[in-house]
Amino acid sequence: MNQSTTEPAVITNKLTKRFGDFVATNEITFTVDKGEIFGFLGANGAGKTTAIRMLCGLLKPSSGEAKIAGYDVYRETEKIKQQIGYMSQKFSLYEDLTVRENIRFYGGIYDLSVAEIKRKTEQILQNLNLHSVADTLVASLPLGWKQKLSFSVALIHEPKIVFLDEPTGGVDPITRRQFWDMIYEAAHRGTTIFVTTHYMDEAEYCNRVSIMVDGRIQALDTPRALKSQYGVDSMDGVFQILARGTSTK
Amino acid sequence: MSAIVIENIAKAFGPTQALQDVSFTVNPGELFGLIGPDGAGKTTLFKILVTLLLADKGQATVSGLNVVGDYKQLRHHIGYMPGRFSLYQDLSVQENLNFFATVFGTTIEANYFLIKDIYEQLAPFKDRRAGQLSGGMKQKLALCCALIHKPEVLFLDEPTTGVDAVSRKEFWEMLRRLKEQGLTILVSTPYMDEADLCDRVGFIQNGQILAIDTPEEITKRFTKPLYGVRAAETYRLIQDLRQAPFTDSCYAFGESLHLATHNGTDKRQIEQYLLDKQHQELEIERIAPGIEDTFMALMNQQTNEPVNH
Repeated sequence: MNQSTTEPAVITNKLTKRFGDFVATNEITFTVDKGEIFGFLGANGAGKTTAIRMLCGLLKPSSGEAKIAGYDVYRETEKIKQQIGYMSQKFSLYEDLTVRENIRFYGGIYDLSVAEIKRKTEQILQNLNLHSVADTLVASLPLGWKQKLSFSVALIHEPKIVFLDEPTGGVDPITRRQFWDMIYEAAHRGTTIFVTTHYMDEAEYCNRVSIMVDGRIQALDTPRALKSQYGVDSMDGVFQILARGTSTK
Repeated sequence: MSAIVIENIAKAFGPTQALQDVSFTVNPGELFGLIGPDGAGKTTLFKILVTLLLADKGQATVSGLNVVGDYKQLRHHIGYMPGRFSLYQDLSVQENLNFFATVFGTTIEANYFLIKDIYEQLAPFKDRRAGQLSGGMKQKLALCCALIHKPEVLFLDEPTTGVDAVSRKEFWEMLRRLKEQGLTILVSTPYMDEADLCDRVGFIQNGQILAIDTPEEITKRFTKPLYGVRAAETYRLIQDLRQAPFTDSCYAFGESLHLATHNGTDKRQIEQYLLDKQHQELEIERIAPGIEDTFMALMNQQTNEPVNH
C-alpha cells in the first residue's frame, strides 16, 4: 500500500439510497486511500451492490455525498466511469468473442488509440501466458483464465480504482491465489482495489475491511484490529458475529 | 448395501473429457462432500447419478437401482437440487411446493415433518412468487422441493455457491439435521472450508478423483513440512519466499503465508533467509496442513507441472 498524501480514492459522507420505504444503503461514511486494498463485506442483501452501483456512478444516491477519484457521484458520473475499472463474476467478458477481440473491444470502449490497444494486447497476452489461445473464443477457456483475463481487461485503461465484485467465486484454490497475486501487484503499482468476497480468508488479504449489516457499515478497520476487537482469531469469526444482522435472509 | 455406487464412470463432451474413470461409494446415512472447482466435473457426475445424463462408460447405482436400467423407479428415491435455481419463478412458494409434491404423488402434509424446520422460515413468504425471493430463500425453497417426496438419497449440486458465510453456515446446519433423519446426502461445493463438515470427502479436479477420505485423514496426504509465516510486508514476503532455495510452494492463507519446504529444511534456515532480506516482525511456526493445503498439493501432483494459468 502506498502511503500517499494525495486525496483518497473514495470518500463518502452519509451516502444513502432509498427504494420507497426500504433503505438499502443507510448513511455510510468511509474513505479508501490510494493504493489500498479495501474489502467490502456483508451478507447477501446487506446493501453492498447498491453501494457499489452508487460509487461507480450507475445509481443516483438519495442523499449524502461521495467522491470517486475526486469526482462527484451526482454530477460527474461520466468522469467517474473513465477513472474506474469494474469486474464481477457475473459480467465480464464476451463469450462469443476471442481473447484478442475482447481486449480490443474494451480498449475501444475506453477510447484507447490503435497503437495503445496493440501494446496492451501484447502485454496482457504476455503476462497471462495466453498467446496460444489469443484467437480462441473466451467461452471455451477455463474459468480461472477467464477471470484473470477479465481482471486485466478491467485495468486496460489504467483506472485509478478497480471494483471487484466477488471476483474469485468458484475457481480452484491455486488460481484463486494467483488472482490475489495480481491484485497485490496492481495495488503495489498504486491502483486502489475495492473488493467484495464470500471467502473470509480473502478478507485477511485486505489492508482494511468494512462489514455492512442491514444497509449500515457496522465495522471498519484492519483485519488484525477487527479480530482483536471481537476477540476471535479469524475474519470468519468477526463476520459470523456481525453479519447475522436482523434481516430474515 | 451402499447408498451410491459409482464404477469407472467416464463422460466426454466433444474433445473435453469431463469425467475420467471415476469410482467411489457412499454409505447409507453418510454426508459425502464432492469438493472441487468449477469445471472439475461435479455437475456432470450429479446429472449421471440423477438419471439426466448417460455416461460413456462405467455404471452406477443409487439405492441399489441402476441409473440407466431402473431410471424410472430410481427417480422416486432421490431428491435433486441443481446448481442453477430450477423452480418455477412465476409460481408462488406454496404453489411450487405443491407442484413437486403432486408430481411425486404425495402431499405437503404427508412429509411435512421432513421440511418443517426449513419451511417455517419460508412460511411468511408463502404467497410470494419464487422469482421474487432473495437468494437465501430460493435456496431453502429448492431444498424443500427436493425433500417433499421423502427421498432416501439427496443430491445437492453446489447449494452454497455465491452464498455469504453466515447463510452457508446455516445451510450446513440444515444438512446436519437432515442427516440425523437418516438421509444419505451427496453434496458438491467449491468451498474447501466446508469439507470439515462432511463425514467423508472426495476431491475432484479435471474429471478425476484426487483422493477420498475423512476430513481428518485426508490431510495426511500432505507430506511436506509446512510453516505459517508472517512479516510486516506480505507482498514482498511472498516474492522472497517463492525465490528461496528451500521452498516447495508458498501460498497466502488468511493472515499468514503457508510455506511448504523440501524435507530437511528447519525453521532457523527460513528465519535466517528472511532476516537477510530485512524482513521485520517475523513470525514462523510449524503448522498442520488443512484441507485446502492438501487439495492444492494434490492438484499440483496431478498436473505435474507448475500451474501458470
